[in-house]
Amino acid sequence: MSDNDLLPILLTIPFVASAVLAFVPVHARNLAAWLSGLSALAALGITAVLYGSVRGGNVVRNKIEWLPSLGLDFDLRLDGFAWIFAILITAIGFLVVLYARYYISKDDPMPRFFAYLLSFMGAMLGIVLSGNLILLAIFWELTSIVSFLLIGYWHQNAAARDGARMALTVTGIGGLCLLVGLLIVGHIVGSYDLDRVLAAGDQIKGHALYLPALILILMGALTKSAQFPFHFWLPNAMAAPTPVSAYLHSATMVKAGVFLLARLWPALSGTYEWFWLVGFAGVATLMLGAYFAIFQQDLKGLLAYSTISHLGLITTLLSLGSPIAAVAAIFHMVNHATFKASLFMAAGIIDHETGTRDMRKLGGLFRFLPITATLAMVASAAMAGVPLLNGFLSKEMFFAEAVETHADSILDRALPYIATLSGAFAVAYSLRFIHTVFFGPPPRDLPNPHPHEPPHWMRLPIELLVMVCMIVGIVPGLSIGPFLDTAVIAVLGTEPPEYSLALWHGFTTPLLMSIVALIGGTILYIMLKSYLATCEDGPPIFRHLQGQRIFERILVTVSWKWARWLEATAGTRRLQPQLRWLAGLGFVAAFLPLYMGGFHARQLSFTGPDMIFTMIWAIGSFAALGAAFQAKYHRLAALMMLGGAGLMTCLTFVWLSAPDLALTQLLVEVVTTVLILLGLRWLPKREERIDESVTFTARLRRLRDLGIAVACGVGMSVLAYAVMTLPVPDAIANYFLERAYSEGGGRNVVNVILVDFRGFDTLGEITVLAIVALTVFALLRRFRPAADSLGAPEQQRIQNAYDDARPERSEGDTVRDYLLVPSVIMQWLFPVIITFAAFLFIRGHDLPGGGFAAGIAMAIAFLLQYLAGGTRWAEDRLRILPLRWIGLGLLIATATGMGAWILGYPFLTTHSRYLEVPLIGKIPAASAMLFDLGVFALVVGATVLILIALAHQSIRVYRVKTPDMPAPQTLAEEKI
Amino acid sequence: MELVLAIGIGIMTGSGVWLLLRPRTYQVIVGLSLLSYAVNLFIFGVGGLKKNAPPILPYSGVANPATMTDPVPQALVLTAIVIGFATTALFLVVMLASRGLTGTDHVDGREKSR
Repeated sequence: MSDNDLLPILLTIPFVASAVLAFVPVHARNLAAWLSGLSALAALGITAVLYGSVRGGNVVRNKIEWLPSLGLDFDLRLDGFAWIFAILITAIGFLVVLYARYYISKDDPMPRFFAYLLSFMGAMLGIVLSGNLILLAIFWELTSIVSFLLIGYWHQNAAARDGARMALTVTGIGGLCLLVGLLIVGHIVGSYDLDRVLAAGDQIKGHALYLPALILILMGALTKSAQFPFHFWLPNAMAAPTPVSAYLHSATMVKAGVFLLARLWPALSGTYEWFWLVGFAGVATLMLGAYFAIFQQDLKGLLAYSTISHLGLITTLLSLGSPIAAVAAIFHMVNHATFKASLFMAAGIIDHETGTRDMRKLGGLFRFLPITATLAMVASAAMAGVPLLNGFLSKEMFFAEAVETHADSILDRALPYIATLSGAFAVAYSLRFIHTVFFGPPPRDLPNPHPHEPPHWMRLPIELLVMVCMIVGIVPGLSIGPFLDTAVIAVLGTEPPEYSLALWHGFTTPLLMSIVALIGGTILYIMLKSYLATCEDGPPIFRHLQGQRIFERILVTVSWKWARWLEATAGTRRLQPQLRWLAGLGFVAAFLPLYMGGFHARQLSFTGPDMIFTMIWAIGSFAALGAAFQAKYHRLAALMMLGGAGLMTCLTFVWLSAPDLALTQLLVEVVTTVLILLGLRWLPKREERIDESVTFTARLRRLRDLGIAVACGVGMSVLAYAVMTLPVPDAIANYFLERAYSEGGGRNVVNVILVDFRGFDTLGEITVLAIVALTVFALLRRFRPAADSLGAPEQQRIQNAYDDARPERSEGDTVRDYLLVPSVIMQWLFPVIITFAAFLFIRGHDLPGGGFAAGIAMAIAFLLQYLAGGTRWAEDRLRILPLRWIGLGLLIATATGMGAWILGYPFLTTHSRYLEVPLIGKIPAASAMLFDLGVFALVVGATVLILIALAHQSIRVYRVKTPDMPAPQTLAEEKI
Repeated sequence: MELVLAIGIGIMTGSGVWLLLRPRTYQVIVGLSLLSYAVNLFIFGVGGLKKNAPPILPYSGVANPATMTDPVPQALVLTAIVIGFATTALFLVVMLASRGLTGTDHVDGREKSR
């Protein structure tokens, strides 16, 4: 297997392990730990093996095409710099797994913890291995999300939830900015490929969009690496379990920001803007972090601010734009990861053993935890920059660079002093960490009064990391030297500059600065010691100015106050304004293109005055206007007018060569009218009163609505005229006309389109119909009419009174009598209509007709029986079971479609032929016909179900609802 | 013919929009129906208006596509008619249920406070 193939495997291992861990039982702690440990170890092994391939500036690549048309490929790329990060991620990951095995208590679900941790490892590896900018942004977001889950691991703890949310908000916003920035860079370069972007540095820096792209990318990097002014999320993220703090918030995730800055260093750095933006953020963070760290009372808080400060140091180095500074930055990334991770682990042990992290309570722990204390002291010394440890070396390099002049400015000239001062602060907080926790009088009132050394396996990760600190610190050239060289070549793209990793350079300015920092820091600590022993958390004055507060204030303002204000001013719960906006917007949306396209009135072409057609539309317009006019007080009249308008529409279809449409429209019109008629009974009575006072504002409102309506109507007329007089383009019509018979086996092209060419649409459509029918049915099962609609309708009351008054008549006779002749006709029509429906169905493929029309015709046949004999009469003789029709129809249609699969064709492929049927003759028998049969059955079922469900409401027995009475059993529920 | 149909569509649209903006549910349902006629006719008209040219292929001889109307808008409108029926039914029932629940047939479920 080549090295290139190892890359995807390396990236997949953590994710697969994470997925497997998600299914490990909660109490299988050892299984989870072994699984995670071995996966991390395997990833570490693969990374180590790959070193041979990246040495000397070589790059390992593996590209899988993903969305090549968008420039997005699953492009993995490992060079020296990525390799050193991959080693950090996998090695520290492994150590953290080992540590966490002993850290996570028995009450917490360990498999879940490891599942999160490993997916984080995968996401972080993804960032460093990405060879495509978009892919990088995807993994970047993934780390934010997993980090949210890890910080909130103890979700029962409010601080953890808040910290997790804040971290996600800040890094998530940064991630979005980063994505936009990377898109801009990709736009400038013309490719998202990392190699091409890195090679196009001058092109990017010279482009007009360089500054926006730079700011956006910096937003991403600075939020992720907790740089000023976005640093406040990191201390709050310390509510996470300590292994998470050690792994994400010191060693890896927060390094992603500086990793990105270093990664894009050749493409973006070296400009004035870069120096100021990055430099200012870096220096501010360096100072603020170090200063804040001194005054923390929480152990992890101190480490968190120290981390912020060290990240600021790295950022500052990267801002300088000189190759040696870049070397120092990379070196410090590695060093910081080792000593800070071990310090976090030590802090976790102290917390674990004593039950507190408050430095005011801790003290004299050396006598209880001698080994941990020794390890922590060495690591703190590295943090403070004491010689013979790795922290000293990179700090010396930083001091040396600070003294050099890069971009001559105030910031540059002040840098040596700032560097020394921050060094002194670092010494002070490191000293404080050691002195307060391990020395002095033994602690009193600890939550756990008897601390002792942890299990050896828990301490082992710290031992290993501290050992690395010492080896690198003592023999840098032999240990880290070659790896650092490889990484530097990868970042700079050229041979590394001359730099020396030696421990002793003679008496130089940097050494002097180190000595000043060491002595100054010690004096500072001695001066502050008594104040720190009792003071509140946080530095004086600044403790009141909390980034967290500001963040929350902004969050509340944006997500609550502004949202409320917007809702109050622009929102409404009333339907009419919404519809008014909709109509207005629709008008504008249609008008603008027409106006901008330059609508020229074409010459009115009177191709012979079509008198009959004009008459049809005179009636149609009258009916439409009448419906609009009468709909408020005369609902029945309005319904008739509506039907009239529908019939004129139907005639238009006949007139203009659309027989199928006309047929369907006519049948649907019948059903719709009956449906609305059934509903009329439940609407409140509204009587027109002449003296009804209409206020002036109401008149004004109506006038405005009239204006909108007229505008829409005129606009629609113009638009329709414009469209209809356009020469019809040679569209897809011919395609269907030519192939309807040869491929669809039918002569009625519209029907062939519906059941064959666009059969899938039709399947969706009948599904919608079925859902609507079921929804109507469900809604009506719980239907409770308004109190004033409960009594029998007025007409019925009159009839009943008439029947009651005559002894020879029983109730209901009148209505039976006057419907006698029609009802007999309707009953006799039953078989006729069914035959007609069958006729429509069979001819549908060749002549106007088809499943839809036949289905509705069939439904009308049933409906007529209800009308003729009444609901009870009809149901005593006829059990329709519409739900089964619906189910059967859907089943037939889908099964026909799937039948094509058996023969190896795509879904809904049809086959057609003619069959000779005795008596009837030759009939078309395409498989589309079977599909049409499904349509037919479903339409029958859905239509009948809707109508019956509504009709049943009249014969239901409604009782006044009382809480203890069961809902009345309804006929609808029994019969359907 | 085009002019007549265009004016007819306009009148139907205008009536429909007017009813849509009224406060009573019944007015809205009638308005929606009118609007759906107008829109169906409009879509249908996009394919051009032709008399005596239904898109039905003759039993004998080769069909000349130029003599037939465009079947695609017809297929679309056929679907629209059926879906329109479904929405009308659903709206009607929601309207009745809302009236039963709130005791009013105002579109907002409560009479406007004066």
